[in-house]
Amino acid sequence: MRRILFISLFLPLTVAAEDSVYSLIISEHRFQPAEITIPAGQKIKLLVENRDPTPEEFESHSLNREKVIAGKSKATIYIGPLSTGRYNFEGEFNPKTAQGTIIVQ
Amino acid sequence: MLATAIIIFREVLEAALIIGILAAATRAISGSRRWLAAGVLAGLIGSALVAVSTDAIGELANGIGQELFNAIVLGIAVLMLAWHNIWMSSHGKALAVNASAMGKDIRDGRSECSALFLIVGLAVLREGSESVLFLYGIAASEEGGQSAMLLGGLTGALAGVVVGYGIYAGLLRLPVRWFFSATSALVLLLAASMASQSAHYLIQADLLPGIASPLWDTSSVLPEQSALGMVLHTLIGYDSNPAGMQLVFYIAALVAIGMGMYLAGEQRNVQKSA
Repeated sequence: MRRILFISLFLPLTVAAEDSVYSLIISEHRFQPAEITIPAGQKIKLLVENRDPTPEEFESHSLNREKVIAGKSKATIYIGPLSTGRYNFEGEFNPKTAQGTIIVQ
Repeated sequence: MLATAIIIFREVLEAALIIGILAAATRAISGSRRWLAAGVLAGLIGSALVAVSTDAIGELANGIGQELFNAIVLGIAVLMLAWHNIWMSSHGKALAVNASAMGKDIRDGRSECSALFLIVGLAVLREGSESVLFLYGIAASEEGGQSAMLLGGLTGALAGVVVGYGIYAGLLRLPVRWFFSATSALVLLLAASMASQSAHYLIQADLLPGIASPLWDTSSVLPEQSALGMVLHTLIGYDSNPAGMQLVFYIAALVAIGMGMYLAGEQRNVQKSA
């Protein structure tokens, strides 16, 4: 209960800012586009659409993100704010083909 | 096949380490084995259910249902681990030395077993549902070679169980006077590690600010995907580039549970000397 109260303290803070939205498609176990460029120091919303019938896990240790996306479904992942650099991500269930990079400028 | 083995190993390892530590910590409590097995079974059934409803869970709360689900599961596990450790501080030393002390505490022992059931069930649930989804993906793919990959999955799962059993057997070899402190410390760190992971999901869902993120970046020194990185991630909550808020949760859990253990231990000493 205390934790819920604690979280609700921050809600007004996080809802206030308008986030820019980027879209990412998973198709045939590949990310399209494989590179996404975003501005530094800004939080963005990544809309991932999995067009494959099989599930995929979006995973990135450098971005500190992991999320399972069911087959034929969409998911939202918040990223950043980040400092400039290259951040790799992969589809953990198909790491051979599902590779991508977020470039922060 | 090797790639499949590694992925399943990673999923199974976390649950196996948690089960290994708890199995050791509760070895003197009568009936704990049955509850542990029931927890694993319930967790496996739950995994299949969660895997089937991934889509529905994901769509809850405007697309952050999965993060909320994980954060809540981890949050409950943290509370149960806290309860376990505080309970052990007031009963555990007697148990570790003399199993027959259990008799008069049989009712407390039962609630301890329910906590054990929940912790194990939730650990299996979280890691298991991802494994189920992954294996489903393989089974559904049209590329062929499924049997080799499923064999890989089985190998990975077995390897994870072996490591879990290893930590269990290792803990049992400890001299009695260290055993209690060692298992308590491991459970305390597990709880803090889960609190940090819970914060990680809430940050990902944009419900909590990350504060400074990353707080540090040690991915080039000790990557989280490495074997040591994976083990440390589960045991002490190692994160190669955590958000500041994760550390806040980590330390808060350490301090809160540590205090509870200390106070429970004090109370026991007072009762004994009275």
